[in-house]
Amino acid sequence: MADPKDFTAGIDSNAKKSPRRIVFITRRTSAQVKADTENQIQTFPEVLFRAAVAIQMLAIALVWIALVFNAPLEGLADPSHTPNPAKAPWYFLGLQEMLHYFPPVVAGVLVPGLVVMALIVIPYFRVNIEAEGLFLKDRQRRLRIFYLAVGALSVFLLFFKVYAALVPTLIMAAAMLLAAQSSSQSSSAFQRYLAGRPLSYWVMTWFLFELVVLTAIGTFFRGPGWAWVWPWQGS
Amino acid sequence: MAKTVDQYFDDLRGTRVWRSIFRSGTGSSTLKRALSIQQNVFLHLFSTKVRTRMLGFNATWYLGTLTLGTFLILVATGIPLMLYYHPSAPQAYADTKDLQFVVSSGLFLRNLHRWSAHCMVFLVFAHMFKVFYRGAYRTPREFNWVIGVILLLMTLLLSYTGYLLPWDQLAYWAITVGSNIASAVPLMGNKIRFLMLGGNAVDANALLRFYVLHCMILPLTAMFFVAIHFWRIRKDGGLYSHASEPATLRANAASSDITAKEAQ
Repeated sequence: MADPKDFTAGIDSNAKKSPRRIVFITRRTSAQVKADTENQIQTFPEVLFRAAVAIQMLAIALVWIALVFNAPLEGLADPSHTPNPAKAPWYFLGLQEMLHYFPPVVAGVLVPGLVVMALIVIPYFRVNIEAEGLFLKDRQRRLRIFYLAVGALSVFLLFFKVYAALVPTLIMAAAMLLAAQSSSQSSSAFQRYLAGRPLSYWVMTWFLFELVVLTAIGTFFRGPGWAWVWPWQGS
Repeated sequence: MAKTVDQYFDDLRGTRVWRSIFRSGTGSSTLKRALSIQQNVFLHLFSTKVRTRMLGFNATWYLGTLTLGTFLILVATGIPLMLYYHPSAPQAYADTKDLQFVVSSGLFLRNLHRWSAHCMVFLVFAHMFKVFYRGAYRTPREFNWVIGVILLLMTLLLSYTGYLLPWDQLAYWAITVGSNIASAVPLMGNKIRFLMLGGNAVDANALLRFYVLHCMILPLTAMFFVAIHFWRIRKDGGLYSHASEPATLRANAASSDITAKEAQ
């Protein structure tokens, strides 16, 4: 039950107690009317309640998983007996897959270091903030740079025989070419969507695509000697 | 007439003891609800009001909230696990076996801790990509994004250090593979690896170091950054919503001005 209110509403006509603001509009300025009518909701209790329900549902799901599936536990650690393959935790298997192709200083130090650097600087680049379609302005020049970048990357990946990373790169390049052929006047909604995507979107989506593909390959498709196996073949 | 549960709860909130603990006081007026956030040392990290549009599932998918949820579950299951665990080789493995077969609900505790840890890594990545695709890193939220990247690294380190603790073959060789990567750092790779493992190979020293990192240093550091992360959401103007940004509002107002003039 709500508490009885300890105040009454009324109209106060005392100008000393409730002053009004008056705006003077000169020739050089104009009044900026801020139409801030956006609905807001109290954090307590509405938002906290929703957060609690979300966490509860997650907890129920995790408890159910914990009751049904047992965490893996193998034999006692034995430095003299190396399992084949020796796999890192799943979230590092993308890195381990890269270690298979590149020297450790590239795959283990340079690439993760650059990824972390790239993630940190994202919000400090103007191109990410403005978020204009990549090929909407200066199309010819940007297409030439795009061909050069994709070509160089593909040759590099081919040289090291990294087909696992080459295929997602080429798929992304195809999507970007489709975006270059599209504009906001395109007939299909998908093309209109692609045309408006900025450079940061393409780079991040390419990164996400590579991350998923390399992690999945490392998890499901690598057996003894890091050789390719199909998941149904067993290890 | 019999009292309802709500009335009993209101009475409780009116008692002297309750009033001495919670500064916000009783009542359900908007002011009192705002005070219950603002006057609470933990909740004051959040703003007292949230844009209604940000509560829809599609706005955030609740990924940040759920990540906090996994963290809470991990703390709640991690502390009881510590009670049954000695960070020494090979006792650690025997303790893990005991958790599996001897300790009441030990198997369940360990399962829940492990699956929640995997879930947290996944949710942190998902949260990061969702924030990116919403463009929520924009000014003035740049630094909160950077804190988010730090928290991603903290999460990976927490999961990685925890991976060694069962001291089984899976743990031992996963950490060996990982620590070999550290030795690839030019010039000081082997020194970094030595510092990380407390020796030249993964052994009892490494286990102790990873245990201290996993149970003390990393969780405390993570909580520190999580607090800043939440507080910055409030200071930076709440959850990012493109339609509510001042720039968007100005652009909309300008275009509606133009249409209004054209209509005349």
